[in-house]
Amino acid sequence: MTSSDTLAEPSGHPLPGQARFSPRKRRQISQGVQYAAFVAVVFALVVVADWERIQQGFFDGTSAAAMLPELFTVALRNTVIYTICGYIFGFILGLVVAMMRLSSAAPNRLVALVFIEIFRGVPALLVFVIIGFGLPTAFPEFSLPFGIYGTATLSLGLVAAAYLAETFRAGIQAVPKGQMEAARSLGMSYTRAMITIVIPQAIRIVIPPLTNELILLFKDSSLIFVLGVTASTVELTKFGRDVSMEFATSTPLLLAGVSYLAITVPLGYAVRTLEARQARERR
Amino acid sequence: MTATYDELQPRHMVELHGLSKSFGDLEVLSGIDVTVDTGEVVCIIGPSGSGKSTLLRCVNLLEQPSKGSVFVAGVELTHRDVDIDAARRMLGMVFQQFNLFGHLSVLDNVSIAQRKVLRRGKVEAERIAMDNLAKVGVADKASAYPAHLSGGQQQRVAIARALSMNPKVMLFDEPTSALDPELVGDVLGAMRQLAEEGMTMLVVTHEMQFAREVADRVLFMDRGMLIEQGPPSRVIGDPSHERTRTFLARVLDPAHVDE
Repeated sequence: MTSSDTLAEPSGHPLPGQARFSPRKRRQISQGVQYAAFVAVVFALVVVADWERIQQGFFDGTSAAAMLPELFTVALRNTVIYTICGYIFGFILGLVVAMMRLSSAAPNRLVALVFIEIFRGVPALLVFVIIGFGLPTAFPEFSLPFGIYGTATLSLGLVAAAYLAETFRAGIQAVPKGQMEAARSLGMSYTRAMITIVIPQAIRIVIPPLTNELILLFKDSSLIFVLGVTASTVELTKFGRDVSMEFATSTPLLLAGVSYLAITVPLGYAVRTLEARQARERR
Repeated sequence: MTATYDELQPRHMVELHGLSKSFGDLEVLSGIDVTVDTGEVVCIIGPSGSGKSTLLRCVNLLEQPSKGSVFVAGVELTHRDVDIDAARRMLGMVFQQFNLFGHLSVLDNVSIAQRKVLRRGKVEAERIAMDNLAKVGVADKASAYPAHLSGGQQQRVAIARALSMNPKVMLFDEPTSALDPELVGDVLGAMRQLAEEGMTMLVVTHEMQFAREVADRVLFMDRGMLIEQGPPSRVIGDPSHERTRTFLARVLDPAHVDE
């Protein structure tokens, strides 16, 4: 279905030898067919589906009731804590790595590049295993503060930093060169100009990908289960799976999934609102 | 070296000795010698690509000269031991594209470097900022963001921003070239006032009328070389070089066609 070619043709004056339908009519018919097909597929699914078993599997009241209030007071809370701590750590580390990536010193650029390639290329699960079990093996005397919260923050932060560094680099490069020149001409050092003038503008440019990374991190926080969590440090996915196995129904998993959406959907909305407000103020 | 250069008040404010600049194989400046006295207003004219903007950007080392030396108020900026951030404070710069900080209000634009670089307190920095904004006639825009200002207003804010650092020399890099014609007058007016107050100024410009009326001296550059210099009445009114005459004929009469 192409609506673009309809724009070029003048409507209302059919030329001899033209198709039976006008371009507008053709588009209406095409859309009508699509709607009909969509309704037909939905109808077929509804009819074919086994509603009784779906209700048992995914809308089971007993197991749902058993999840409360821990679903919110423990699992969701921990997911948010892991994610936010990891994101803050990754945000700061990502900025540092991005600055190194743009440094005039070759060793800085190399270290940054190797860091990004490793932590972007390796599955997050592996990072968790290396930080959770590799670090204590390599440095028996040393332990991360705050127990599993520290380990989760470091692991999630490393994964996020690799992606965020590339995002920040793109943002910094998108800030016009004249901003740095103006700041330097006022006597600011390179670092001062970066922190005061360039980075604040770079972050505004990359708010959409920054939000994306936060949402991805919410989901990656489910990998913490490999570290072996307790009843008090459990996060959403693991909690959902545990209750799900106990009651032999998928309902808890569905509820856990909905809980993720309860965070990520409003988050996306808030950022869109923020962006629109900034656009109004500064454009 | 973190000395402040506030006391320095030599006769020669800017001295360029044998200044050359190459980008790869392309030599854009070849052996320029210029001396600017304290309080002097020097306009640099010449065809595009003649190296006049590069020359200006070499004065505050936004471009690193390939050869030669730059002295400002007797301090050699090209010396490798000099603290370039401290030395640059002697030089205010105004850019063709204004380069106001888009994420900051006008007041913050004018006060941020005062606070972060000169370590002035918020109250003092904002008072100085407001004084300078009033001086260039945009005090009523203090709380606006740059994107909401006209080009002429933005450029005057940029002038106020540079002035608030108490520079000894002001560098203007084609300050009116990006402006709509009806906004040029306000910016030139602010610059004229600054010249009358005795500020040492280097101005790269295509505004021949301004150069004629305000400059003490005009430099004509072509292909990276200083072709001639002297009082505007002579360089613009009665140029001695053929290249200067050709350039002026084109600028003063854009419809003019070469033989």
